[in-house]
Amino acid sequence: MTEPVLAIRKVSRLFGPVQVLFDVDFDLRPGEVHALIGENGAGKSTTMKILAGYLAPSAGEVLLDGQPVHFPSSREAEAAGIVMIHQEFNLATPLTVEENIFLGRELKRGPFLDRRAMQAESRRLLERLHCAVDPGARVSSLSVPNRQMVEIAKALGLKARVLIMDEPTAVLTHRETDTLLEQVDRLRRAGTAILYTSHKLDEVARIADRVTVLRDGRRVMTVPAKGLTEDRMAEAMVGRELSDLFPPKGTPAAEPVLEVTNLTVPGFVRDASFTLRRGEVLGFAGLVGSGRTELMEGIVGLRPATGEVRMAGRALPHGSVAAARAAGLVYLTEDRKEKGLLLGKSLTENLTLLALDRFGRVLIDKAAEERALTQAISDFDIRAGDRGIIAGSLSGGNQQKLLLAKTMLAEPQVVIIDEPTRGIDVGTKQQIYGFIARLAAEGRSVIVVSSELPEVIGVANRIVVMSAGRIAGEVEGPAITEENIVRLAMGLNHRKASA
Amino acid sequence: MSAVTVPRPRFQLYVLGPLLALFVLIALGAWLNPNFLSYGNITNVLARSAFIGIIAVGMTFVITSGGIDLSVGSMAAFIAGLMILSMNALLPHMGAGVPVILMGVLVAACAGLLAGWLNGFLIAKVGIEPFIVTLGTMGIYRSLVTWLADGGTLSLDFGLRGLYRPVYYGGIFGIAWPIIVFAIVAILGEIVMRQTAFGRHVAAIGANEQVARYSAVKVPRVRIATYALLGLLVGLATIMYVPRLGSASGSTGVLWELEAIAAVIIGGTVLKGGYGRVWGTVVGVLILSLIDNILNLASIVSPYLNGTIQGVIVILAVVLQREKKAADAR
Ligand SMILES: Nc1ncnc2c1ncn2[C@@H]1O[C@H](COP(=O)(O)OP(=O)(O)OP(=O)(O)O)[C@@H](O)[C@H]1O
Ligand SMILES: [Mg+2]
Repeated sequence: MTEPVLAIRKVSRLFGPVQVLFDVDFDLRPGEVHALIGENGAGKSTTMKILAGYLAPSAGEVLLDGQPVHFPSSREAEAAGIVMIHQEFNLATPLTVEENIFLGRELKRGPFLDRRAMQAESRRLLERLHCAVDPGARVSSLSVPNRQMVEIAKALGLKARVLIMDEPTAVLTHRETDTLLEQVDRLRRAGTAILYTSHKLDEVARIADRVTVLRDGRRVMTVPAKGLTEDRMAEAMVGRELSDLFPPKGTPAAEPVLEVTNLTVPGFVRDASFTLRRGEVLGFAGLVGSGRTELMEGIVGLRPATGEVRMAGRALPHGSVAAARAAGLVYLTEDRKEKGLLLGKSLTENLTLLALDRFGRVLIDKAAEERALTQAISDFDIRAGDRGIIAGSLSGGNQQKLLLAKTMLAEPQVVIIDEPTRGIDVGTKQQIYGFIARLAAEGRSVIVVSSELPEVIGVANRIVVMSAGRIAGEVEGPAITEENIVRLAMGLNHRKASA
Repeated sequence: MSAVTVPRPRFQLYVLGPLLALFVLIALGAWLNPNFLSYGNITNVLARSAFIGIIAVGMTFVITSGGIDLSVGSMAAFIAGLMILSMNALLPHMGAGVPVILMGVLVAACAGLLAGWLNGFLIAKVGIEPFIVTLGTMGIYRSLVTWLADGGTLSLDFGLRGLYRPVYYGGIFGIAWPIIVFAIVAILGEIVMRQTAFGRHVAAIGANEQVARYSAVKVPRVRIATYALLGLLVGLATIMYVPRLGSASGSTGVLWELEAIAAVIIGGTVLKGGYGRVWGTVVGVLILSLIDNILNLASIVSPYLNGTIQGVIVILAVVLQREKKAADAR
């Protein structure tokens, strides 16, 4: 067996008074993919940040090639060949793709930037990922999955000895995930030591050589991946047996609540029409770039759109999120960092922002807000060491739960959830599916947009499939099968969507 | 892990820094000159800081939402000119009496509201950078008042001056009117910022406009409201200011915008938006005027160095803010 390149020994970490890691041991060997899994807030990202020099351990040591090291910052770690892809994006959004890929290590010819070489290299890296993004495009104009691909391309360009990936596939579709895993495999064969984490346990089973499970900041086990089933992993993570992931589906009423007619979002969606019934869970499937998010944003008034949206028979005015909210229609974004949460603000301020009108007519009732937070923490199992922290200090999955709690506080009749379980652990996924089913049973309606086929299939009564900005078809009841959906999504009668 | 701990109060320099600085200044002033704590001096300092103070409270909202307003000084001058002209014009018709003054007050309030709204409209609806819009209107109002005064001074008719004077020089229970008005504006401002949906929305827009938009906040409307509120407060400050000198000219209110912005920053509001505190702004205004006052009373440092000291304090305040950011990230 090869010696570890990078390891941590008996590492603990505290944030203020709250301890989040307890005596954790972990190592990475060349040519091996070591997966780190655990529930939301278990301490995965924290462990990775310590390995990559972003955070210092409160106790214990970091070993590089067997020697104790201290990285004053991630720069020193990067110089030693350790590269980390963050769970939350670390791109400079006003800059172009190429500028991001070469940020801090620009290629030069004499005193000038060698634009041509950087463009070519960026294009090559992106091609390896089968990503059709133009190196000259601004990152701010890219979709979430494409941003992730750029982030990965950037890491590939660094030719790392150790590559640490924090939920790289959380925002990717299957196709993109496959490409990424191929690249991971290629790097492994080239001798790179890789740390991989994901809440998608099938990926872990597929790619990992060894698996370490963290629970509540403690290492539960480190075992070879061979022979480890997904169920075993899930149980080790949550510390109990998990029953069925999806609750039984209800039967929607016949009465329509949301009717969308000929909605066109210029540049993204053409002539979309569908209806949503009371008590129904309607799934939206499709490839990334098929216009699902844009359609939803058009419906709630976040994007300029033409066509008609009716809530309970009444037409909504165009372009007013507030009017949609007043009519009981809310949208939960897929981009929690840029559009969902105020990362620098407290949990309460985030929680009540959408439904502030429910907390007092003139003055805000702060006691009621605190009660709402207590309620949300228990309803959605939000794990914050200290409820006084800012939203940005929550673990990724817990941020998602906070966003969900914020949306539900508005007591919507119709809620559109874009990627409901992005970055959420299996145990909590089960809770969220249960929650969606309960909403429907209460007579509310839910639209679930998801790139996870098993998820849409598991929760939805009916599934609308989009392809290249159009609604390609609909499946219901026994016709809901992966095959049917994929066939529609590939748009056999349409040309493929350009990215 | 899910145990709930109540946030502990910790000594935080960025919270207490401005207050500490204020106490140090007061102690210093009292030590240097026994007259410093006299009733006369305190009233003088507070009354004179009231104009900047009232404006700075409005500026706190604008800056918290991520905006800036450079036009307030010229706006004050323009409103003062407009107010004096309209009162003088109404005098022959209505006679020297309270109604004329009330009309003047109405003109000032409306002009302020309208001017602020116009800034807000250009920024939020037309989508021009706040810095550019208000740089433009700053020049416009300054030149308009100079033009109205024909390069000289606009003076309030003598018949009205005596009647209007008490608004600046008078008071009740020994407290001058400007001080009372400033206090009320500050208290209301603090409540609005901290306790109302409007205040929350302003901070949310400053922190991340996208998130605010996705959270059904009416972003353009709130933005316009911050500028309109500031305009209204500029009008109010002018109403308190005109009776002091009874005149307005091209040099009225010069550099007020910078003093107001400095006070807001010293008070701990973040210049790029997202977080603001009105009480801090009040402390900032007091710090600035006390420095001025102490330099004038004590003769150790030349009063000409006033600007130097104020500049140092502004920079120090921003260093303290950096500490706050580090504390949040830890
Ligand atoms: N800067 C911080 N200040 C306070 N607490 C923090 C900070 N960063 C992380 N934490 C806490 O540390 C714990 C572990 O967080 P971490 O991000 O490592 O979890 P994770 O395992 O990556 O979870 P997820 O699957 O949700 O991404 C969480 O309870 C989180 O709230
Ligand atoms: Mg994480």
